[in-house]
Amino acid sequence: MGNALHVVVCAGTVPDPLQTLEPITGPNGPGVKNEMMLPAVLDPWAASALYEAANLVARNPGSKVWLVSLGSKAKLQQVMMAVAQKVSFELVPIDGPIGGFTDAHATAAVLAEAIAALPGLNRERLLLFGGWESATRGAGVTLQLVGERLGIIDQFQGVDQIEFREDGSFEVLERVEGGKHQASVCMGTPAVLGWATGNLAEPRNNPQTGMANMRTIMPALQKAKPAALQADGLHYISVALPKQHRTTRIEKDMTPDAIARELVEWIGAE
Amino acid sequence: MGTVAVTEAKTMLTLPGDAVRQILWRFSDRFDIQMLVQSARSVARGTVAHMVAAGERNNHEWTPAKNEMLEAFDRSGISATFMEPEEGGFISGPKNLALSLSAFELAWVDGGAATASLAGFLALSPIHERGTPQQANHYMSLAAPPRPGEDRKPWRGAFVLTEPIPYVGVDTGMLNGKVRVAEWKDGEEPWLQVDKRGRFITNIAFANFVTAAVNSDDERIKGSCVVILEETDEGTFDHGTATKKLVHQLSSTGDPIFNLKVPASRIVGGYTIKDGVIVPNFNHGEIIEAVFRRTRVPVGLMTAAKLLSAVEPVIRYQRGRFRGAEGAKPGSVRYEQGIQQREDALHRLVDVWATGEAAASLGFSAARLFDELDPIEKQKTAILKERGVQGGRAEMKALRESEQRAIELLQLKQDSPRRAEMKSDPLVAYVLMDAEANVLCPATKLWNTGHGANMMREAVSLMGGYGITEDCPGFLASKWMDAQLEATYEGPEAVQRRQLTVTMASEVFLALFRTWTAEMRKIASTRPGTGACTLASAMQLWQWTMNHLQKATDADGDKLYHGQRQGVTFPLADALCWLMASRAQILDVLELENRGAEDAVVAEGLDGTVQFLSDLCHTQAAQAAGEVGRICAELVFGYNRHPAWNEEGHAGCFLSSELDDYEETMPGISAYAVDVLAADGSHPQKAGPCASCMGGGEFLRLQNKLSTCLSGSRLAKDRAAETVSKVMIPEALDYPA
Repeated sequence: MGNALHVVVCAGTVPDPLQTLEPITGPNGPGVKNEMMLPAVLDPWAASALYEAANLVARNPGSKVWLVSLGSKAKLQQVMMAVAQKVSFELVPIDGPIGGFTDAHATAAVLAEAIAALPGLNRERLLLFGGWESATRGAGVTLQLVGERLGIIDQFQGVDQIEFREDGSFEVLERVEGGKHQASVCMGTPAVLGWATGNLAEPRNNPQTGMANMRTIMPALQKAKPAALQADGLHYISVALPKQHRTTRIEKDMTPDAIARELVEWIGAE
Repeated sequence: MGTVAVTEAKTMLTLPGDAVRQILWRFSDRFDIQMLVQSARSVARGTVAHMVAAGERNNHEWTPAKNEMLEAFDRSGISATFMEPEEGGFISGPKNLALSLSAFELAWVDGGAATASLAGFLALSPIHERGTPQQANHYMSLAAPPRPGEDRKPWRGAFVLTEPIPYVGVDTGMLNGKVRVAEWKDGEEPWLQVDKRGRFITNIAFANFVTAAVNSDDERIKGSCVVILEETDEGTFDHGTATKKLVHQLSSTGDPIFNLKVPASRIVGGYTIKDGVIVPNFNHGEIIEAVFRRTRVPVGLMTAAKLLSAVEPVIRYQRGRFRGAEGAKPGSVRYEQGIQQREDALHRLVDVWATGEAAASLGFSAARLFDELDPIEKQKTAILKERGVQGGRAEMKALRESEQRAIELLQLKQDSPRRAEMKSDPLVAYVLMDAEANVLCPATKLWNTGHGANMMREAVSLMGGYGITEDCPGFLASKWMDAQLEATYEGPEAVQRRQLTVTMASEVFLALFRTWTAEMRKIASTRPGTGACTLASAMQLWQWTMNHLQKATDADGDKLYHGQRQGVTFPLADALCWLMASRAQILDVLELENRGAEDAVVAEGLDGTVQFLSDLCHTQAAQAAGEVGRICAELVFGYNRHPAWNEEGHAGCFLSSELDDYEETMPGISAYAVDVLAADGSHPQKAGPCASCMGGGEFLRLQNKLSTCLSGSRLAKDRAAETVSKVMIPEALDYPA
């Protein structure tokens, strides 16, 4: 395929999933305790989108990846020391609040505005990537809203695969119930793809790639524009971590078949 | 959802993260090094940790899995750290800090993995430090990992110095490896026959080339040299058998045998021919000195990494110790805090943590110093060469004047007009840095690994029986044992102490030390909570003792400070290491306090982090002071003969009849008389009359002052312990156990 693609990946930073996450209420609403001080990573779902984007771009000469990220630029800089070594991209940082409790509409507006202003972006060739979910509180609508604001009406969620065809159309596999995928064919770009995990392993760090990326990332971070997000009346009544329920039973003499049968019954009952 | 009020207390809320470490260890402006840290970490906590968890350490042989680790080093850029960008690397300029940080990250999980990464650089170091430009370019490029699109396997090297017993080559002056002329045709380059057997050689199982130290066995070759041997050279390149190490099993160690014919151009640094004799431009001692001076620092940092890596698993173990027990219900103190409700558990962990911080600070300060020293050393060599001065002794002689100028500079007042002129003298800068590096390097290697190994035992003990099982999170038992090797290889403790015996007595160093003591007092005036005042008092006591011992003699009139008198010099070297580590730790925390607010990530919670790290400094300074006080007192008084109940000893005693007379004019004096002889000649039941403090008054004054300077140190420890009981840790360790 000879189509150059312009892939914009929206990705935020989240606390490292191994960290202890404790919701608290501060003067600006809900948040995660000590979030600024906790080690952060690129949101794993959006990171999958970034790796898929890099893979897609590598197979389509002339293509380019932008990574648009809204959050603390100091935090982003730390995260970039690992992420920038994995794939090539141009970072577009927007210095704003961290955390998963911002208003999705306000976030989408800031992101859409930044994307629309990207120099050299061909919106006809645009693929807008992001995470279908988030390791922090996922509003579940931010990426769609960004797409709407950019006038992109072909949107796919829970994507695990994209395959381009010779004529510029592409097939997308979206996750549906029962561990199956729904296959759709889209006539061409622009489109919004909210990625699930995709099929690619996390690329290994390559400092040569990192050094090349850093030539643009560090100046971009220094020039990152601040963005103040308005709550627009958003009010959280309650915030809590998902409940973990564990029931341990010790069985010494069950056969594998019996264990499997019981598991199937248990899943069926859920 | 809980509601948290903004707290006024300065408490560290989370474990210090990357942003804090970058400021403490001064690489916040080096994104190339920050990326290397992330790369090394991903290999350490990924590939390496999985190998250790899968039991790969249980095999002495070099296995395919261990080989994959080398490939992971290549892919992640770890192998390229040593090279310049034009040679295939990605970091320009001196790389001591970069190599140290990479080793630190790998050793956080496994010391053997760190050693495997460093050993390749060790093989290249003789070529890097003293090789000809052609040699450097050739071997660096071969050893660089393939770039994207390149299809080649990188060369891997080993440094071959040590030899089989009885000539184990720790003493660099004793070499059994031989080199002689194999062939020398008129007008052509000579060929050499190299015969060398190695012992405990790291990286040997897979080495394609080695740099081997050999002595001349031919009157046509002068002295000794280091030669480069390749696997494809004519003759025997036998990788030998694997050493059955109990530690560092992820690095390859073995006893190779070489009998090879190589061109003379393989002599590291080249050679000249004088009167028909091949004269190597550098003898093996000069090369080894240049190499080990730098490579010993990362080894010390490997042990520091072990100590700091122990903190999180120990806290998690302590807190969860009673969970699941019948009597520990959720919400109860027993359930929530576990062993951390006991002060002893917290205090012991504070000691481990403080040692780890001090060791890291000392090691990274040494690494940074070498980064500064490298270009100045080259400048010095160029200046002296221009003056026609070359070679060790000639250089030492030529630098004497610069040493005096350096001492003068240190004594000049801040506003002296001569300061600028003297500071801009590169030779003065060189001798100052050199004097410091000559102490910091062996101090790092000696103290970090030696005391570090002891403290790793403490860390293991904090995990109870769990600590000495394979299941122990963080592989703590392996780290404890590994630390012992780190204390031994690349120059065991005695070698480091011997080096310190010489370098700590240098006039320049002692002048520097005086300025550091004053610096600590100055810091103490604005940051009393850091323990800087305690440290300054300990430094004063050490310096007084050093001066005293250099002039003093023992009870038999023999000189005390003497190269052969290791009972004096070695403990004094140990004491100095404690001081150096504590000083480096305090300086790092000050850096964090001064620069932390510039970084938004660090700024949040900065006060609490600085408070906690300062408390660790204070705790460590008190420990250092205790050690220094004990060692110095032993040395100052221990070589005086204790008075005995004999004629000479009796001269200093009261007679009971005398006391009766004195009582009439000085009532109560008997209460103060300790050594009293009765009329029948009997005396108190003890070794002899008490030793006089004559001549030791100043020492006792300083020691007394030091004791009172410990005020507040235990309060700092209590505060640190309180933080350890509350600090937030992740839900799980980020590498498998």
